[in-house]
Amino acid sequence: MELLPDLKLHHPRSVEDAVSLHAAASSGRYLAGGSDLLVNIRRGIEQPESLVYLNNIAEMQAITEATGQISIGGAVTLRELAESAPVRQHFAAVAQAAGEVAGPSHREYGTLGGNLCLDTRCVFYNQSEWWRSANAYCLKNRGEICHVAPGGKKCFAAFSGDVAPALLLFDAEVELAGPDGRRRLALADLYRNDGMDHLTLGQGELLVAVHMAKPSEAVHSAYAKSRVRGSIDFPLAGVAVRIAVSDGKISDLQVGLTGVSPLPFLVRKLDKFIGRAADDACLEELRDAVRGQAKAMKTTFTPPHYRRRVAGALAQKLAASFF
Amino acid sequence: MKTVLSLTVNGVAHDDVIPDNMLLVDYLREKTGLTGTKIGCDGGECGACTVLIDDRPRHACLTLAATCQDSRIETVDGLSRDSRLTALQRGFNEKLGAQCGFCTPGMIMASEALLRRNPDPSEADIRDALAANICRCTGYVKIIEAVQFAAQELASGELAS
Repeated sequence: MELLPDLKLHHPRSVEDAVSLHAAASSGRYLAGGSDLLVNIRRGIEQPESLVYLNNIAEMQAITEATGQISIGGAVTLRELAESAPVRQHFAAVAQAAGEVAGPSHREYGTLGGNLCLDTRCVFYNQSEWWRSANAYCLKNRGEICHVAPGGKKCFAAFSGDVAPALLLFDAEVELAGPDGRRRLALADLYRNDGMDHLTLGQGELLVAVHMAKPSEAVHSAYAKSRVRGSIDFPLAGVAVRIAVSDGKISDLQVGLTGVSPLPFLVRKLDKFIGRAADDACLEELRDAVRGQAKAMKTTFTPPHYRRRVAGALAQKLAASFF
Repeated sequence: MKTVLSLTVNGVAHDDVIPDNMLLVDYLREKTGLTGTKIGCDGGECGACTVLIDDRPRHACLTLAATCQDSRIETVDGLSRDSRLTALQRGFNEKLGAQCGFCTPGMIMASEALLRRNPDPSEADIRDALAANICRCTGYVKIIEAVQFAAQELASGELAS
Protein backbone atom coordinates (compact mmCIF):
# COMPACT_ATOMS: atom_id res chain seq x y z
CA MET A 1 0.00 0.00 0.00
CA GLU A 2 1.07 3.57 -0.67
CA LEU A 3 1.08 6.27 1.98
CA LEU A 4 -1.92 8.55 2.12
CA PRO A 5 -1.25 11.77 0.20
CA ASP A 6 -1.08 15.03 2.10
CA LEU A 7 -4.66 16.18 2.41
CA LYS A 8 -7.00 18.45 4.32
CA LEU A 9 -9.67 16.80 6.46
CA HIS A 10 -12.85 18.81 7.07
CA HIS A 11 -15.27 18.11 9.94
CA PRO A 12 -18.61 19.73 9.01
CA ARG A 13 -21.51 19.62 11.48
CA SER A 14 -24.28 20.15 8.92
CA VAL A 15 -25.12 18.85 5.45
CA GLU A 16 -25.00 22.36 4.01
CA ASP A 17 -21.51 22.95 5.44
CA ALA A 18 -20.35 19.63 4.00
CA VAL A 19 -21.60 20.57 0.54
CA SER A 20 -19.95 23.99 0.58
CA LEU A 21 -16.64 22.62 1.92
CA HIS A 22 -16.68 20.04 -0.86
CA ALA A 23 -17.46 22.69 -3.47
CA ALA A 24 -14.59 24.89 -2.26
CA ALA A 25 -11.98 22.14 -2.76
CA SER A 26 -10.46 21.51 -6.16
CA SER A 27 -10.44 17.73 -5.73
CA GLY A 28 -12.39 16.62 -2.71
CA ARG A 29 -14.19 13.46 -1.70
CA TYR A 30 -16.80 12.79 0.92
CA LEU A 31 -15.51 10.39 3.58
CA ALA A 32 -17.81 8.25 5.72
CA GLY A 33 -16.46 5.04 7.28
CA GLY A 34 -13.56 4.94 4.85
CA SER A 35 -13.31 1.16 4.55
CA ASP A 36 -13.66 1.48 0.74
CA LEU A 37 -12.33 4.97 0.00
CA LEU A 38 -9.18 4.97 2.16
CA VAL A 39 -8.13 1.62 0.69
CA ASN A 40 -8.61 2.94 -2.86
CA ILE A 41 -6.59 6.05 -2.05
CA ARG A 42 -3.77 3.95 -0.61
CA ARG A 43 -3.82 1.79 -3.72
CA GLY A 44 -3.19 4.90 -5.79
CA ILE A 45 -6.57 4.72 -7.50
CA GLU A 46 -7.46 8.25 -6.50
CA GLN A 47 -5.61 11.10 -4.82
CA PRO A 48 -8.02 13.68 -3.37
CA GLU A 49 -6.62 16.91 -1.90
CA SER A 50 -9.33 17.10 0.71
CA LEU A 51 -11.76 14.82 2.49
CA VAL A 52 -15.08 15.98 3.92
CA TYR A 53 -15.92 13.77 6.90
CA LEU A 54 -19.65 13.05 7.16
CA ASN A 55 -19.95 11.10 10.41
CA ASN A 56 -20.25 14.13 12.72
CA ILE A 57 -23.47 15.36 11.08
CA ALA A 58 -26.36 14.72 13.48
CA GLU A 59 -29.04 14.85 10.76
CA MET A 60 -27.39 11.94 8.95
CA GLN A 61 -27.11 9.73 12.03
CA ALA A 62 -30.79 9.23 12.85
CA ILE A 63 -33.36 6.55 12.08
CA THR A 64 -36.80 8.19 12.31
CA GLU A 65 -40.28 6.72 11.92
CA ALA A 66 -43.43 8.51 10.85
CA THR A 67 -46.81 6.97 10.02
CA GLY A 68 -46.10 4.20 7.56
CA GLN A 69 -42.68 5.64 6.74
CA ILE A 70 -39.09 5.28 7.83
CA SER A 71 -36.09 7.52 7.17
CA ILE A 72 -32.54 6.27 7.67
CA GLY A 73 -29.64 8.73 7.72
CA GLY A 74 -26.73 8.14 5.37
CA ALA A 75 -24.23 8.10 8.26
CA VAL A 76 -26.12 5.42 10.22
CA THR A 77 -23.60 2.62 10.71
CA LEU A 78 -24.27 -0.84 9.32
CA ARG A 79 -24.27 -2.25 12.85
CA GLU A 80 -26.97 0.23 13.91
CA LEU A 81 -28.98 -0.58 10.78
CA ALA A 82 -28.72 -4.33 11.39
CA GLU A 83 -29.83 -3.91 15.02
CA SER A 84 -32.61 -1.36 14.45
CA ALA A 85 -35.93 -2.72 15.77
CA PRO A 86 -38.22 -1.04 13.17
CA VAL A 87 -35.92 -2.04 10.31
CA ARG A 88 -35.83 -5.65 11.51
CA GLN A 89 -39.60 -5.69 11.91
CA HIS A 90 -40.68 -4.18 8.60
CA PHE A 91 -37.64 -4.51 6.32
CA ALA A 92 -36.01 -7.78 7.42
CA ALA A 93 -33.96 -8.10 4.22
CA VAL A 94 -32.40 -4.67 4.83
CA ALA A 95 -31.36 -5.52 8.40
CA GLN A 96 -30.01 -8.91 7.29
CA ALA A 97 -28.07 -7.37 4.39
CA ALA A 98 -26.52 -4.76 6.69
CA GLY A 99 -25.56 -7.53 9.12
CA GLU A 100 -23.89 -9.48 6.31
CA VAL A 101 -21.55 -6.69 5.19
CA ALA A 102 -17.88 -7.54 5.84
CA GLY A 103 -17.10 -8.34 9.50
CA PRO A 104 -18.34 -6.93 12.82
CA SER A 105 -15.49 -4.42 13.17
CA HIS A 106 -16.20 -3.00 9.67
CA ARG A 107 -19.88 -2.62 10.49
CA GLU A 108 -18.99 -0.42 13.48
CA TYR A 109 -17.85 2.35 11.14
CA GLY A 110 -19.11 1.43 7.65
CA THR A 111 -22.25 3.43 6.89
CA LEU A 112 -25.45 3.01 4.89
CA GLY A 113 -24.48 5.86 2.56
CA GLY A 114 -21.03 4.39 2.05
CA ASN A 115 -22.43 0.97 1.25
CA LEU A 116 -24.87 2.44 -1.29
CA CYS A 117 -22.13 4.54 -2.93
CA LEU A 118 -19.50 1.77 -2.81
CA ASP A 119 -17.14 1.81 -5.77
CA THR A 120 -17.56 -1.07 -8.19
CA ARG A 121 -15.09 -3.94 -7.76
CA CYS A 122 -13.04 -6.15 -10.04
CA VAL A 123 -10.11 -8.50 -9.58
CA PHE A 124 -8.09 -6.33 -11.99
CA TYR A 125 -8.99 -3.08 -10.20
CA ASN A 126 -8.83 -3.70 -6.44
CA GLN A 127 -5.11 -4.30 -6.44
CA SER A 128 -2.03 -2.39 -5.38
CA GLU A 129 -0.48 0.31 -7.54
CA TRP A 130 2.43 -2.05 -8.20
CA TRP A 131 0.16 -4.93 -9.26
CA ARG A 132 -1.90 -2.77 -11.59
CA SER A 133 1.11 -1.07 -13.17
CA ALA A 134 2.62 -4.47 -13.95
CA ASN A 135 -0.63 -5.32 -15.73
CA ALA A 136 -0.80 -2.04 -17.75
CA TYR A 137 -3.68 -0.92 -15.47
CA CYS A 138 -7.25 -1.41 -16.76
CA LEU A 139 -10.03 0.43 -18.51
CA LYS A 140 -11.58 1.63 -15.21
CA ASN A 141 -8.39 3.30 -14.04
CA ARG A 142 -5.58 4.70 -16.20
CA GLY A 143 -5.48 1.76 -18.63
CA GLU A 144 -6.82 1.21 -22.12
CA ILE A 145 -7.88 -2.42 -22.00
CA CYS A 146 -10.54 -4.19 -19.95
CA HIS A 147 -8.88 -7.44 -18.92
CA VAL A 148 -12.30 -8.98 -18.25
CA ALA A 149 -13.53 -8.37 -21.83
CA PRO A 150 -10.47 -7.28 -23.83
CA GLY A 151 -12.38 -6.74 -27.06
CA GLY A 152 -14.89 -4.29 -25.59
CA LYS A 153 -14.92 -0.68 -24.48
CA LYS A 154 -17.17 -1.27 -21.49
CA CYS A 155 -16.21 -1.81 -17.84
CA PHE A 156 -17.88 -4.71 -16.06
CA ALA A 157 -16.60 -4.08 -12.50
CA ALA A 158 -19.36 -5.35 -10.21
CA PHE A 159 -21.35 -3.32 -7.72
CA SER A 160 -20.84 -5.23 -4.47
CA GLY A 161 -22.82 -3.39 -1.80
CA ASP A 162 -25.14 -5.71 0.12
CA VAL A 163 -27.80 -3.26 1.27
CA ALA A 164 -28.89 -1.79 -2.09
CA PRO A 165 -30.75 -4.86 -3.46
CA ALA A 166 -32.68 -5.16 -0.20
CA LEU A 167 -33.68 -1.48 -0.32
CA LEU A 168 -34.76 -1.86 -3.97
CA LEU A 169 -37.38 -4.39 -2.84
CA PHE A 170 -39.17 -1.59 -0.97
CA ASP A 171 -38.98 1.13 -3.66
CA ALA A 172 -36.59 3.14 -1.48
CA GLU A 173 -35.90 6.77 -2.32
CA VAL A 174 -32.60 8.49 -1.63
CA GLU A 175 -32.35 12.12 -0.52
CA LEU A 176 -29.36 13.85 -2.07
CA ALA A 177 -27.81 17.22 -1.22
CA GLY A 178 -25.58 19.17 -3.56
CA PRO A 179 -24.61 22.69 -4.61
CA ASP A 180 -28.07 23.14 -6.19
CA GLY A 181 -29.95 22.10 -3.06
CA ARG A 182 -31.71 18.88 -2.21
CA ARG A 183 -33.56 16.40 -4.37
CA ARG A 184 -35.11 12.97 -4.07
CA LEU A 185 -34.44 10.12 -6.41
CA ALA A 186 -35.64 6.54 -6.65
CA LEU A 187 -32.76 4.38 -5.43
CA ALA A 188 -32.88 2.43 -8.72
CA ASP A 189 -32.10 5.68 -10.56
CA LEU A 190 -28.97 6.26 -8.44
CA TYR A 191 -27.24 3.58 -10.51
CA ARG A 192 -26.35 3.07 -14.15
CA ASN A 193 -25.00 0.00 -15.93
CA ASP A 194 -21.42 1.22 -16.32
CA GLY A 195 -18.67 -0.12 -14.07
CA MET A 196 -16.54 2.99 -14.65
CA ASP A 197 -19.26 5.48 -13.71
CA HIS A 198 -22.03 3.58 -11.95
CA LEU A 199 -23.46 6.40 -9.79
CA THR A 200 -25.71 9.13 -11.17
CA LEU A 201 -24.72 11.50 -8.33
CA GLY A 202 -24.08 15.02 -9.62
CA GLN A 203 -20.87 16.94 -8.94
CA GLY A 204 -20.57 17.52 -5.19
CA GLU A 205 -23.70 15.58 -4.26
CA LEU A 206 -23.88 13.42 -1.15
CA LEU A 207 -26.44 10.93 0.11
CA VAL A 208 -28.24 12.40 3.13
CA ALA A 209 -30.87 9.74 3.84
CA VAL A 210 -32.96 6.86 2.55
CA HIS A 211 -36.76 6.99 2.78
CA MET A 212 -39.11 4.02 2.52
CA ALA A 213 -42.79 3.21 3.03
CA LYS A 214 -43.54 0.26 5.31
CA PRO A 215 -45.04 -2.69 3.44
CA SER A 216 -48.14 -4.56 4.59
CA GLU A 217 -47.76 -7.11 7.38
CA ALA A 218 -48.20 -9.96 4.86
CA VAL A 219 -44.92 -9.09 3.12
CA HIS A 220 -41.82 -11.06 4.15
CA SER A 221 -38.27 -10.44 3.02
CA ALA A 222 -34.80 -11.90 3.43
CA TYR A 223 -31.24 -11.50 2.14
CA ALA A 224 -28.50 -14.06 1.53
CA LYS A 225 -25.10 -13.89 -0.11
CA SER A 226 -22.52 -16.28 -1.42
CA ARG A 227 -18.88 -15.48 -0.62
CA VAL A 228 -15.50 -17.14 -0.56
CA ARG A 229 -15.05 -16.81 3.21
CA GLY A 230 -18.20 -16.98 5.31
CA SER A 231 -16.84 -14.42 7.75
CA ILE A 232 -16.01 -11.21 5.88
CA ASP A 233 -16.08 -11.23 2.07
CA PHE A 234 -17.83 -9.15 -0.56
CA PRO A 235 -20.68 -11.00 -2.29
CA LEU A 236 -19.97 -13.29 -5.24
CA ALA A 237 -23.72 -12.91 -5.62
CA GLY A 238 -26.15 -11.30 -3.20
CA VAL A 239 -29.89 -11.97 -3.37
CA ALA A 240 -32.75 -10.15 -1.64
CA VAL A 241 -36.27 -11.60 -1.88
CA ARG A 242 -39.59 -9.97 -1.01
CA ILE A 243 -42.59 -12.27 -1.02
CA ALA A 244 -46.16 -12.60 0.18
CA VAL A 245 -48.14 -15.82 0.01
CA SER A 246 -51.88 -15.95 0.69
CA ASP A 247 -54.03 -19.09 0.46
CA GLY A 248 -51.08 -20.98 -0.99
CA LYS A 249 -50.69 -18.52 -3.87
CA ILE A 250 -47.98 -15.94 -4.45
CA SER A 251 -49.42 -12.44 -4.14
CA ASP A 252 -46.21 -10.37 -4.12
CA LEU A 253 -42.71 -11.21 -5.41
CA GLN A 254 -39.56 -9.18 -6.03
CA VAL A 255 -35.93 -10.28 -6.24
CA GLY A 256 -32.99 -7.86 -5.97
CA LEU A 257 -29.47 -8.82 -7.04
CA THR A 258 -26.01 -7.47 -6.24
CA GLY A 259 -22.44 -8.51 -7.01
CA VAL A 260 -23.23 -9.79 -10.49
CA SER A 261 -23.23 -6.61 -12.59
CA PRO A 262 -22.12 -2.96 -12.41
CA LEU A 263 -25.38 -2.03 -10.70
CA PRO A 264 -27.81 -3.58 -8.21
CA PHE A 265 -31.18 -4.30 -9.82
CA LEU A 266 -34.58 -5.93 -9.47
CA VAL A 267 -35.06 -9.08 -11.54
CA ARG A 268 -37.49 -8.28 -14.36
CA LYS A 269 -40.66 -10.08 -15.48
CA LEU A 270 -41.60 -11.69 -12.19
CA ASP A 271 -45.27 -10.71 -12.69
CA LYS A 272 -45.89 -14.14 -14.17
CA PHE A 273 -45.50 -15.66 -10.70
CA ILE A 274 -48.31 -13.62 -9.15
CA GLY A 275 -51.33 -15.85 -8.52
CA ARG A 276 -49.28 -19.01 -9.04
CA ALA A 277 -49.41 -21.83 -6.50
CA ALA A 278 -46.38 -21.68 -4.20
CA ASP A 279 -44.91 -25.08 -5.05
CA ASP A 280 -41.66 -26.72 -6.14
CA ALA A 281 -42.29 -26.17 -9.86
CA CYS A 282 -42.72 -22.46 -9.20
CA LEU A 283 -39.51 -22.33 -7.16
CA GLU A 284 -37.53 -23.98 -9.95
CA GLU A 285 -38.91 -21.51 -12.49
CA LEU A 286 -37.97 -18.65 -10.18
CA ARG A 287 -34.44 -20.06 -9.84
CA ASP A 288 -34.08 -20.20 -13.62
CA ALA A 289 -35.48 -16.68 -14.07
CA VAL A 290 -32.96 -15.25 -11.58
CA ARG A 291 -30.09 -17.26 -13.05
CA GLY A 292 -30.94 -15.99 -16.53
CA GLN A 293 -30.63 -12.34 -15.49
CA ALA A 294 -27.57 -12.69 -13.23
CA LYS A 295 -25.04 -12.10 -15.98
CA ALA A 296 -21.85 -12.14 -13.92
CA MET A 297 -18.54 -11.50 -15.68
CA LYS A 298 -15.00 -12.59 -14.78
CA THR A 299 -14.58 -9.89 -12.13
CA THR A 300 -13.73 -12.32 -9.30
CA PHE A 301 -11.47 -15.37 -9.02
CA THR A 302 -14.64 -17.45 -8.67
CA PRO A 303 -15.93 -18.24 -12.17
CA PRO A 304 -19.02 -16.38 -13.44
CA HIS A 305 -20.76 -19.66 -14.16
CA TYR A 306 -20.84 -20.44 -10.44
CA ARG A 307 -22.05 -16.96 -9.50
CA ARG A 308 -24.98 -17.20 -11.94
CA ARG A 309 -26.00 -20.57 -10.59
CA VAL A 310 -25.63 -19.60 -6.95
CA ALA A 311 -27.75 -16.45 -7.47
CA GLY A 312 -30.62 -18.61 -8.74
CA ALA A 313 -30.15 -21.16 -5.98
CA LEU A 314 -30.15 -18.50 -3.23
CA ALA A 315 -33.37 -16.95 -4.60
CA GLN A 316 -34.98 -20.37 -4.65
CA LYS A 317 -33.85 -21.13 -1.10
CA LEU A 318 -35.00 -17.76 0.31
CA ALA A 319 -38.41 -17.96 -1.40
CA ALA A 320 -38.88 -21.55 -0.22
CA SER A 321 -38.34 -20.46 3.39
CA PHE A 322 -41.61 -18.48 3.19
CA PHE A 323 -43.75 -21.12 1.41
CA MET B 1 -2.56 20.03 6.74
CA LYS B 2 -2.58 19.53 10.49
CA THR B 3 -5.13 19.08 13.27
CA VAL B 4 -4.86 19.44 17.04
CA LEU B 5 -6.07 16.10 18.36
CA SER B 6 -7.33 15.63 21.92
CA LEU B 7 -8.23 12.14 23.08
CA THR B 8 -7.46 9.57 25.71
CA VAL B 9 -5.42 6.46 25.01
CA ASN B 10 -5.68 3.76 27.68
CA GLY B 11 -6.93 6.38 30.14
CA VAL B 12 -4.13 8.88 29.50
CA ALA B 13 -5.10 12.23 27.97
CA HIS B 14 -3.15 13.28 24.89
CA ASP B 15 -3.05 16.56 22.97
CA ASP B 16 -1.03 16.29 19.79
CA VAL B 17 -0.63 18.20 16.57
CA ILE B 18 -0.94 15.58 13.86
CA PRO B 19 -1.12 15.59 10.07
CA ASP B 20 -4.67 15.14 8.70
CA ASN B 21 -3.57 12.09 6.73
CA MET B 22 -2.24 10.23 9.78
CA LEU B 23 -3.93 6.87 10.40
CA LEU B 24 -4.90 5.99 13.95
CA VAL B 25 -2.60 2.96 13.93
CA ASP B 26 0.38 5.14 13.00
CA TYR B 27 -0.62 7.68 15.65
CA LEU B 28 -0.72 4.95 18.30
CA ARG B 29 2.54 3.34 17.28
CA GLU B 30 4.60 6.40 16.33
CA LYS B 31 3.23 9.26 18.45
CA THR B 32 2.26 7.49 21.66
CA GLY B 33 4.82 4.69 21.34
CA LEU B 34 2.24 1.99 22.00
CA THR B 35 3.38 -0.69 19.58
CA GLY B 36 1.04 -3.43 20.81
CA THR B 37 -1.38 -2.65 17.96
CA LYS B 38 -0.10 -4.37 14.83
CA ILE B 39 -0.26 -3.52 11.14
CA GLY B 40 -1.05 -6.75 9.33
CA CYS B 41 -2.68 -6.24 5.96
CA ASP B 42 -2.91 -2.44 5.94
CA GLY B 43 -6.37 -2.51 4.41
CA GLY B 44 -9.05 -3.68 6.84
CA GLU B 45 -8.85 -7.33 5.88
CA CYS B 46 -6.98 -8.99 8.77
CA GLY B 47 -8.10 -7.25 11.98
CA ALA B 48 -4.63 -7.21 13.62
CA CYS B 49 -5.01 -3.45 14.17
CA THR B 50 -8.34 -3.74 16.04
CA VAL B 51 -8.61 -1.25 18.91
CA LEU B 52 -11.58 -0.07 20.95
CA ILE B 53 -12.90 3.39 20.16
CA ASP B 54 -15.51 4.32 22.78
CA ASP B 55 -15.87 0.60 23.64
CA ARG B 56 -16.45 -0.48 20.03
CA PRO B 57 -13.95 -2.58 18.03
CA ARG B 58 -12.65 -0.79 14.93
CA HIS B 59 -9.72 -1.00 12.54
CA ALA B 60 -7.03 1.51 13.44
CA CYS B 61 -5.54 1.10 9.93
CA LEU B 62 -8.71 2.47 8.26
CA THR B 63 -9.43 5.24 10.74
CA LEU B 64 -7.92 8.68 10.32
CA ALA B 65 -6.60 9.76 13.72
CA ALA B 66 -8.08 13.23 13.24
CA THR B 67 -11.59 11.74 13.19
CA CYS B 68 -11.09 10.46 16.76
CA GLN B 69 -11.41 13.88 18.41
CA ASP B 70 -12.49 13.50 22.07
CA SER B 71 -12.63 9.71 21.73
CA ARG B 72 -11.61 7.10 24.26
CA ILE B 73 -9.12 4.72 22.64
CA GLU B 74 -8.10 1.44 24.22
CA THR B 75 -5.32 -0.81 22.94
CA VAL B 76 -3.90 -4.12 24.07
CA ASP B 77 -1.07 -2.21 25.79
CA GLY B 78 -3.48 -0.82 28.38
CA LEU B 79 -5.22 -3.97 29.54
CA SER B 80 -2.96 -5.32 32.26
CA ARG B 81 -2.72 -3.52 35.59
CA ASP B 82 0.27 -3.71 37.93
CA SER B 83 1.82 -6.48 35.84
CA ARG B 84 -1.30 -8.64 36.28
CA LEU B 85 -2.77 -9.99 33.06
CA THR B 86 -6.52 -9.75 32.45
CA ALA B 87 -8.68 -12.85 32.22
CA LEU B 88 -8.56 -12.65 28.42
CA GLN B 89 -4.80 -12.36 28.34
CA ARG B 90 -4.50 -15.30 30.73
CA GLY B 91 -6.92 -17.23 28.52
CA PHE B 92 -4.76 -16.71 25.42
CA ASN B 93 -1.76 -17.78 27.48
CA GLU B 94 -3.32 -20.81 29.21
CA LYS B 95 -5.16 -22.15 26.16
CA LEU B 96 -2.35 -21.45 23.68
CA GLY B 97 -4.55 -18.98 21.78
CA ALA B 98 -1.43 -17.27 20.45
CA GLN B 99 1.16 -18.99 18.28
CA CYS B 100 3.14 -16.46 16.23
CA GLY B 101 1.18 -13.82 18.14
CA PHE B 102 0.81 -11.22 15.40
CA CYS B 103 -3.00 -11.38 15.28
CA THR B 104 -3.30 -11.64 19.06
CA PRO B 105 -3.61 -7.92 19.94
CA GLY B 106 -6.54 -7.62 17.52
CA MET B 107 -8.08 -10.89 18.69
CA ILE B 108 -7.87 -9.78 22.32
CA MET B 109 -9.40 -6.35 21.66
CA ALA B 110 -12.26 -7.80 19.57
CA SER B 111 -12.86 -10.37 22.33
CA GLU B 112 -12.70 -7.64 24.99
CA ALA B 113 -15.45 -5.75 23.15
CA LEU B 114 -17.52 -8.93 22.99
CA LEU B 115 -17.20 -9.75 26.71
CA ARG B 116 -18.16 -6.20 27.70
CA ARG B 117 -21.38 -6.50 25.66
CA ASN B 118 -22.02 -10.16 26.33
CA PRO B 119 -20.26 -11.69 29.37
CA ASP B 120 -21.62 -15.18 28.62
CA PRO B 121 -21.12 -15.72 24.88
CA SER B 122 -21.90 -18.96 23.06
CA GLU B 123 -19.33 -20.41 20.68
CA ALA B 124 -21.36 -18.94 17.79
CA ASP B 125 -21.29 -15.50 19.45
CA ILE B 126 -17.48 -15.74 19.76
CA ARG B 127 -17.08 -16.81 16.14
CA ASP B 128 -19.33 -13.94 15.01
CA ALA B 129 -17.45 -11.38 17.10
CA LEU B 130 -14.07 -12.54 15.77
CA ALA B 131 -15.21 -12.87 12.14
CA ALA B 132 -13.17 -9.83 11.07
CA ASN B 133 -9.95 -11.15 12.69
CA ILE B 134 -7.78 -13.53 10.73
CA CYS B 135 -5.28 -15.96 12.28
CA ARG B 136 -3.01 -18.03 10.04
CA CYS B 137 -1.60 -20.25 12.80
CA THR B 138 -4.10 -21.59 15.27
CA GLY B 139 -7.11 -22.68 13.24
CA TYR B 140 -9.19 -20.60 15.70
CA VAL B 141 -10.15 -23.48 18.01
CA LYS B 142 -7.63 -22.45 20.65
CA ILE B 143 -8.64 -18.82 20.34
CA ILE B 144 -12.27 -19.69 21.01
CA GLU B 145 -11.20 -21.75 24.02
CA ALA B 146 -9.21 -18.77 25.26
CA VAL B 147 -12.28 -16.50 25.14
CA GLN B 148 -14.40 -19.17 26.84
CA PHE B 149 -11.73 -19.49 29.54
CA ALA B 150 -11.88 -15.73 30.11
CA ALA B 151 -15.69 -15.71 30.25
CA GLN B 152 -15.63 -18.48 32.85
CA GLU B 153 -12.99 -16.70 34.94
CA LEU B 154 -14.98 -13.48 34.85
CA ALA B 155 -18.18 -15.32 35.80
CA SER B 156 -16.42 -16.89 38.76
CA GLY B 157 -15.56 -13.47 40.12
CA GLU B 158 -12.13 -12.71 38.67
CA LEU B 159 -11.77 -9.07 37.74
CA ALA B 160 -11.29 -8.16 34.08
CA SER B 161 -8.61 -5.66 34.87
